[in-house]
Amino acid sequence: MNIQQISVFLENRPGAMAAFTKLLQKNNIDLRALSLAETENFGIVRVITDDPMTTVQVLKDGGYICSLTPVIAVAIEDKPGALVDLLDTMGDAGINLEYTYAFLAKKANSACIAFRVTDNEAASKLLAERGIKTLGQEDLPALFE
Amino acid sequence: MGNYHHPEIETMPRADIEALQSARLVEAVERVYNTVPAYRKKMEALGVEPRHIKGIEDLHLLPFITKDDLREEYPYGFLGAPLDDVVRIQSTSGTTGRRVVAFYTQADIDLWEDCCARAIVAAGGTKKDVVQVSYGYGLFTGAAGIAGGAHKMGAMTLPMSSGNTDRQLQFMADLEATIIACTPSYAAYLAESIHEKGMRDQIKLKAGIFGAEAWTEEMRHDIEQSLGIKAYDIYGLTELSGPGVSFECEEQAGMHINEDHFIPEIIDPKTGEVLPKGSKGELVFTAVTKHAFPLLRYRTKDITQLNYEPCACGRTHVRMHKPMGRSDDMMIVKGVNVFPSQIETVLMNQGYPANYQIIVTRVKTSDNIEVQVEMTPEMFSDSLTEVSKKEKELVGALKSMLGIYCDVRLVAPKSITRSEGKAQRVIDKRNLY
Repeated sequence: MNIQQISVFLENRPGAMAAFTKLLQKNNIDLRALSLAETENFGIVRVITDDPMTTVQVLKDGGYICSLTPVIAVAIEDKPGALVDLLDTMGDAGINLEYTYAFLAKKANSACIAFRVTDNEAASKLLAERGIKTLGQEDLPALFE
Repeated sequence: MGNYHHPEIETMPRADIEALQSARLVEAVERVYNTVPAYRKKMEALGVEPRHIKGIEDLHLLPFITKDDLREEYPYGFLGAPLDDVVRIQSTSGTTGRRVVAFYTQADIDLWEDCCARAIVAAGGTKKDVVQVSYGYGLFTGAAGIAGGAHKMGAMTLPMSSGNTDRQLQFMADLEATIIACTPSYAAYLAESIHEKGMRDQIKLKAGIFGAEAWTEEMRHDIEQSLGIKAYDIYGLTELSGPGVSFECEEQAGMHINEDHFIPEIIDPKTGEVLPKGSKGELVFTAVTKHAFPLLRYRTKDITQLNYEPCACGRTHVRMHKPMGRSDDMMIVKGVNVFPSQIETVLMNQGYPANYQIIVTRVKTSDNIEVQVEMTPEMFSDSLTEVSKKEKELVGALKSMLGIYCDVRLVAPKSITRSEGKAQRVIDKRNLY
């Protein structure tokens, strides 16, 4: 299972991020996760929301360049070392992480981590084999109740 | 009164210059008509025959040659001598489409070098001088012309080429260079480096001969102050041989055109009509002594004006004002000719939209060119690595097209201003003219 991440192109200049979040605010879109990667000239902001299709529509209408990217998300225990096992599993299987970011769920003692890997399917299968449950889009609302 | 390399020619009375030009023009037209089919065709289209050209007063009857003509006839279409007699080529920068290859017989090289020798002597050069040539060696004409000129007038030449500033300064100090030839922006950079390294006391320069790009009087003043030299302007085009088509004397009040070889005209760039003496317009040259690449009425696209007033230096050859602009959209960046259309071609080839903007700046003394391109959904990816890779590919493609490094900036869609449906493609913030 995957979560649809929305990736958005932003110029690297003062106010660019503010304008982006204002557009989401105006459309009453709640961010579940946010991560920003930047170069000297531009940035790519990656967000997770409850309704990715609507978010994409809002952004496109607002003149933004964006795309949907399936990422793997896993809920893990919020304690030291919880990430180690998961990353070891992926590393040992030769799965390369392109990028990753963490976000906190409202549910007590639960952290989430999102991964972008080269081969989503292989990674999902591997995690399933090891009994690690990956989150789907429909799992999100419950985490934030 | 100054020093001359060819006193009898450089101070020749005007009437004699014009008689010499007329005789040479008649000979050149006859020769070109018979050896260059591309030009013959142009003459025939206008119904002009060599017999119609009896002197410089008939020059206006001849057809123009443009850079596009040269491109269409690339490489040999304007060759005016048997290839067996050609001993060298030089070339401009730019794409294959825009590239101009100029051919030289040994006599063509000699006359070109003579023109450069005149420029060096006019800048105070003698056999005792040491001329440091810091233009790039190779296809470009800058180094070849100045070095050849220095050989002709007998100075010792340091063939440094461009770059490697530490080595430049070491040779300059150790061999006591007295004259430096390079682009004005490189001269300013060298001056800065000399001061940073505290080498000012070891430098014996007295003059600099600077060309290949536009520079302001302010820049001249700064270079002169910083190096304690006189800075002389020199002008030329590969199509006409290279630097030395015109040069400044000690009066520094316009560049004397070597009129025994190059006949200048000023035309209205729109109508092609010859404008009255002293008018500002596009500069056109007729090369009357060159054999391998004998261009008649070649449109330089440089906007300038001619000054026929006698010069205090004693030279009688007409002076041209430093170019005051261009009649096309060519820019000279870092000494290299750049057309916006070349950048557009690269963008199209790489799959970018035609929404772009070129911003040229000069930070201190160094030109910088930034190409802003609007991001598109096709180019976008969630991976920074992917987008950066595309950015780098674009930088690489621009470098191989233009020969210089351009910054690339990917910008948000619709962020490039469009005015009246037509975007302003080039913003040159250097204030060169």
